[in-house]
Amino acid sequence: MPLIMILYYIICAYIAGMLVWNFIREKKSVNDMLLYLLVMIPLVLRILRVK
Amino acid sequence: MSRVWIIKSILLLIIITLMIIAGAQLYEHRHFKLPIVAGQGVTKVAKLSDYAEGVKETVADTNVFYLEGKEKGGKMFIMANTHSNEPAAILTALIFVENALVDKGTLIIIPEFNNSAGRNTRPGDGYPLYYEIPTEWGSKKFRMGNRDASPLDQWPDPDVYVHYPDKQLLSFLDVRNTNRTWPGRPNGPLMERVTYGAMQIMREMEVDIAIDIHGAETMFPVTNCIVAPEKSMRIATMTSLTVKAREKFDNHVEPSPSGFRGLSHREIGDYSDTLPFLLEAPLPFLDQPTGPKTVKLLLDGKDPFLLSLSKKRKLFVPYDETGWPMEKRVGQHCSVILEIIRQFSRKFPERAVELRNVPRYADVVKNGVGHYYHDPDKVDKAVVHFN
Ligand SMILES: [Zn+2]
Repeated sequence: MPLIMILYYIICAYIAGMLVWNFIREKKSVNDMLLYLLVMIPLVLRILRVK
Repeated sequence: MSRVWIIKSILLLIIITLMIIAGAQLYEHRHFKLPIVAGQGVTKVAKLSDYAEGVKETVADTNVFYLEGKEKGGKMFIMANTHSNEPAAILTALIFVENALVDKGTLIIIPEFNNSAGRNTRPGDGYPLYYEIPTEWGSKKFRMGNRDASPLDQWPDPDVYVHYPDKQLLSFLDVRNTNRTWPGRPNGPLMERVTYGAMQIMREMEVDIAIDIHGAETMFPVTNCIVAPEKSMRIATMTSLTVKAREKFDNHVEPSPSGFRGLSHREIGDYSDTLPFLLEAPLPFLDQPTGPKTVKLLLDGKDPFLLSLSKKRKLFVPYDETGWPMEKRVGQHCSVILEIIRQFSRKFPERAVELRNVPRYADVVKNGVGHYYHDPDKVDKAVVHFN
């Protein structure tokens, strides 16, 4: 796997981690909670090498 | 548990369920193995990596079927699913693999040329993941792929794809398109290694004719045709005229532009002694202004929007209520390939290729495509190869 591909997965994991963190911290807006989770879907699927 | 956490748990559960349902389907699609029954004519099954070290142990590695005749003669190479969303190609290739009996010369067939693209999809366009071809023993299930290799297998894309070796600037996406990465190189991006492997087959085996099977939009001028460079032009023209006269279907000839690099019909001819031909059959499924991209549309090619466009003379092929059924497209490919072989063999008798047991246009239209496939559960396991 080329270096850039590895870096890409690290970036994916980092952004997914930030979304999880934001999801945990969000106390009021259900809308935002849902959006954090939706945005996470493609990142998680990429990290798992599904899509 | 606080109220906020109850809401969060419910949301999390819904999203995880969705992710598992969708993810499992995509995972299964990527790992689905298509059984290919090697017919009596198949004498050897090799791997593309035997010719290109660079694709070994990658998703891009794919089966190469050899059908060698008893008598020495010419060599012909057929590639299908260079674009894995153009299924008439693999359906035609399998008819040859499962049925052809070669008496003279050699036939080399790669049914799934871009194996990574065959495991990719286009969810944004609502592509189906599979399609099924009815046969006498049930239906045969195929993966529906995409035009380009999966980014899981080749990444990142450049801002602009600089073609090798001509340095022409192509779209970034074409670095994953095996009809832009010819002639390839042994250590380039994965798709360049795939086309390099095919070039090696042609150079090492001294292949006479190469045929790359495709499908194209009805609204695109380069459709329902044979694309040929100068050196293949005579045989392409004779083929086109003969099928028109004898089998009553149109298949005009398009010259391969010399200024547009990376295409099989250009680079194969320029970088080897092989005569390349690229076959296009109409594929209404690929047109933009159609209804939903369903399996039905893929197989029968019937669409009301294309029909109304046809009445306004916006299509490049004849189009009526009967659409463009798969049998017609596969039948055309079969006949055009057989006719190219015949025309070549007449011109170069010492390099002739002779084969039998492959249906022509009228046979495929009458019997359907599935008629020519064998049940992989009813044959010896040793002749079933997975792609
Ligand atoms: Zn194509």
